[in-house]
Amino acid sequence: MSVALRVIPCLDVDAGRVVKGVRFEGLRDAGDPVELARRYDAEGADEITFLDVSASSDGRATTLETVTAAAEQVFVPLTVGGGVRSVADVEALLRAGADKVGVNTAAIARPELITDIARRFGAQVVVVSVDARRCPAGTPTESGFEVTTHGGRRGTGLDAVAWAAEAADRGAGEILLNSIDADGTTAGFDVEMLTAVRDVVDVPLVASGGAGRVEDFVVAAATGVDAVLAASVFHFGTLSVGEVKDALRAAGHVVR
Amino acid sequence: MTAATGANEPARATQPARATELPVETPGPRPSVVVLDYGSGNTHSAVRALERAGADVTLTSSPRAVAAADGLVVPGVGAFRAVMEQLLAVRGDQLIERRLAGGRPVLGICVGLQILFTEGVEHGERTDGLGQWPGSVDRLDAPIVPHMGWSPVRVPEGSVLFEGVEHERFYFVHSYGVQTDPAAALAAAGETPLSPPLVTWAEHGSPFVAAVENGPLSATQFHPEKSGDAGARLLRNWVQAL
Repeated sequence: MSVALRVIPCLDVDAGRVVKGVRFEGLRDAGDPVELARRYDAEGADEITFLDVSASSDGRATTLETVTAAAEQVFVPLTVGGGVRSVADVEALLRAGADKVGVNTAAIARPELITDIARRFGAQVVVVSVDARRCPAGTPTESGFEVTTHGGRRGTGLDAVAWAAEAADRGAGEILLNSIDADGTTAGFDVEMLTAVRDVVDVPLVASGGAGRVEDFVVAAATGVDAVLAASVFHFGTLSVGEVKDALRAAGHVVR
Repeated sequence: MTAATGANEPARATQPARATELPVETPGPRPSVVVLDYGSGNTHSAVRALERAGADVTLTSSPRAVAAADGLVVPGVGAFRAVMEQLLAVRGDQLIERRLAGGRPVLGICVGLQILFTEGVEHGERTDGLGQWPGSVDRLDAPIVPHMGWSPVRVPEGSVLFEGVEHERFYFVHSYGVQTDPAAALAAAGETPLSPPLVTWAEHGSPFVAAVENGPLSATQFHPEKSGDAGARLLRNWVQAL
C-alpha cells in the first residue's frame, strides 16, 4: 500500500522555450515545453518540473503563460522553480497553474522565506532546491558537502546536509537535492550525498544530477529517496520514463 | 471555460491539437459545474480536468451560480484554518449547506475533503470544520510527511466514483488526514443515516480516509485533476452522475 517512487523529467525553460536540445521524433514543436510535458505525461511521468532560466522579466512573464498552458493540458503535478525570490513570485506561479514552487538562492539569503511561503500556501507547495557539491580542498564543511549558487559557480560555505535539514525544519514540503559535481555528467547520482541528506530529512527527498543509465536510477532509489529527477537523458531520448520505471520495478521498487 | 473571475487569464496563441486527448463522451447537454473560487489553490487544472470530463465549467463564488449549477466542486490546498477562513469569507459554508439540503451534488478535493469533517487540528490548535461527517483532521503519523505521490486506494463495494479505476493509483499531497472511520463514528453515536458514508481508504504510515461518497456529497483527499487518466475517469464518473 505504499506510495510509489516518482520519476520526474525536468525541463529548462527560457522565455517559454525549452533550452536544451531535444531529439524526440514525432513532436510538432520540440522546443515547446507544453508539448514536451505532454509527451512525458503520456510516457508515465509522475510529475513534471520546469526550471525557469529566463534572465529577463519579459522572459519570466512568458514562462507564466507556459505554466498556465501546461497546467491546462498536463494532468500530473507541475513544479516550477528558478528565480523565485518572494511570496509574491510564488503566488504568481501558483495562480498561473503550478502545484509546487522551487526556491533556491533566495531561501539561502533569507531562510524565513521558506516559512513565509509555507504559512501562506502550505508546506506541500514549497520545494527547496539545494545545489550541492563536494567541498573543494581548503573549505571543508562538517558533512563534506557545500551549498552552491549561480549554477554551482559560487560556494556559500554552508553545509549542504545541515541546510537541507534546516529547510525542512523551516517548512519545506520537499527537498530537491542536485549534485553540481554530477550534474550533466551522466556518470550517476551522488549516492553518498543523497544518503547523508536522507538521514536527516523527514520530508520527501528528490534525487537530481548525474543520471545516465537506468542502473543509476536504481542505485539512487536504494538510498531511500522519494523521487528521481533527470533532464538530459529524457530530453535527448537516451532513456524513456517507461524504461526507467521498468528498471526500478525490476529492482523491487514500487512505481506507478 | 467561462471564468467569472478569470481576468488574470493570459491570452494564448492557438494550442496544438491534442493527440492524447481523451474523447469527451457527452451525448446530451453538458452538465454545468461550478468550481468554487475562494482563493484556495491552483484551479486551472481542476477546471480543465472537469471540462475534459464532460462538464461546462465556471470558476466563481457567485451564490446564484453556485446554487444553479448541476455540480459544485470545492477545491482547497494549504492549511485547514486558512482554507476555512477563506471559505467562510465567501459564505461557502452556507452555499454548501444549501446545496446539500436540496440533495444537489458537491465534490470536495484535498483540503476540500478535510473541511467537511468536524474539525482540524494543526500545531495543537483546533479549527471547526463544516461537520458534515464526524472525525478530526490530524497530522499524518509516518516517517516521511507530507505524503506526496501516487498511492493505491481500497475501494468499497458500491462505489460509483471509482468505477473502472478501483485498482489505480491517485496523486496525494497532504500532511494531515482523517484517520478514523466516519461511518463507524456515526454508528457508535447511534445515528443511522439513510445513506451512511461509503469510505475509500489509503495508507501512509497508517490508514486514512482517501475518499467519501455519501448521497449528494462526495470528496477525495487526493487530487483527481492531477491523477492522470485514473483521475480523469473518476471525474467523469462524478460528472456523468450529475
